[in-house]
Amino acid sequence: MVLPADMVECWPIFYSQRAEPKLSGLIGNNLTSHKQDRCLFQHLHIRLRAGELVHLKGPNGAGKSSLMRILVGLSSPEEGNVSYDGVDISEPAVANNIVFIGHKSGLNGLLSAEENLTYWSAQHQLDVSNAEIYEALAALNLVGMEEVPIKNLSAGQQRRVALARLWLKPATYWLLDEPFTSLDAEGITLMETAFAEHVSKQGAILMTSHQALSERVGRVRVEHLDYRL
Amino acid sequence: MRVLLKGILQRDLTLAFRQKSELMQPLMFLLVVVTLFPLGIGPGPDTLQRIGPGVIWVAAILSSLLGMERLFRDDFADGSLEQMQLSGIPLYQIALCKIITHWFVSFMPLLMLSPLLALFLNLTLPMYTALLLTLLLGTPVISLIGAIAVGLTTGLQRGSLLLALLLIPIFIPLLIFATSAVESAAMQLPYGPQIAIIAAIMLLALALSPFAVSYALKVSQN
Repeated sequence: MVLPADMVECWPIFYSQRAEPKLSGLIGNNLTSHKQDRCLFQHLHIRLRAGELVHLKGPNGAGKSSLMRILVGLSSPEEGNVSYDGVDISEPAVANNIVFIGHKSGLNGLLSAEENLTYWSAQHQLDVSNAEIYEALAALNLVGMEEVPIKNLSAGQQRRVALARLWLKPATYWLLDEPFTSLDAEGITLMETAFAEHVSKQGAILMTSHQALSERVGRVRVEHLDYRL
Repeated sequence: MRVLLKGILQRDLTLAFRQKSELMQPLMFLLVVVTLFPLGIGPGPDTLQRIGPGVIWVAAILSSLLGMERLFRDDFADGSLEQMQLSGIPLYQIALCKIITHWFVSFMPLLMLSPLLALFLNLTLPMYTALLLTLLLGTPVISLIGAIAVGLTTGLQRGSLLLALLLIPIFIPLLIFATSAVESAAMQLPYGPQIAIIAAIMLLALALSPFAVSYALKVSQN
């Protein structure tokens, strides 16, 4: 049914029922956030499409991590909204398509790598067998470390265990906050290869890093977030 | 359901039994308080019987405060809570599951120890029955209400002092009705009403607390 233009304006109900074009990808629309009375960003628009890697750059304190946390729904923006493929972030189903790895590893020090990942997979409703977890850990060169309590692993090894989640959950969107922290050169190469593969399979990656990405990753779109006073 | 059982319940139980000293600490505290009290008051059987239920309840509340913070502190600090929030399971279900585990880990041992404590304090059988009933219905309230306060203070450093200040006034009604029930039992009077009120408090807390906790955690995460 096509409504005359004036009717559309008077009757918001009809207006809202008109099919809006479904926007694909991750969309952060008109986001505003303040921390300790300092404006981090205002009316910020960000879009991440499938098959794209966005490298978010900016000085310390610019609000990169805050933006990431808003985009995955951990904190809420003062203004604006976030949607994934046209579905608002508040819908629980959206979570199935996202992996977020932040500054905190999300690993309990008393549990082993294998246990941490098993419980994580159970929470995320993934049907992951033990063999698959061992495989993911092997892909990150952690053979023999599967049963060791996380607290006895080095910082780089802990980071690798945290990143192993990307191998376990078949999600389109990877949001990674400083994934290279404490990784060695070999680990970074490994991750970059994984990024390239994910992007080639129509995955989408949004990451922050103070380090430049090598050519191995392929095409990278760089976004800058400035430090505002 | 399976998700919660495996992902949260089994995980939390594994963790609790891996930290044996933290598991035993509140229990030892309780045992020490209940053993020391008679020595301080003087070991007259009548005096003991009069103060017994109150001592057990006060010790239970204080000992629970010792381990209360553990409910969300570690998961918040290492980021596990973040990952749980992003799992797509509603947060109130996670909260309820963690509260149940907390109750099981910190109050089940107390209930199992209670016959021994009753013996220490010379409680009669009707008094002990009443005490057990109040503990069974009342201790879940401590876990449920405590979880809200822990959720609110988990983002703060050194939140435990604030935690105690927030919680003690809320536990006072619980203590009053519980000791009054045991006192009635001691005098062979019916103590149904007191038990009913404690049960009502418990059900109210059970209905509201998971949602309050999930909101508190979201605020802490913000």
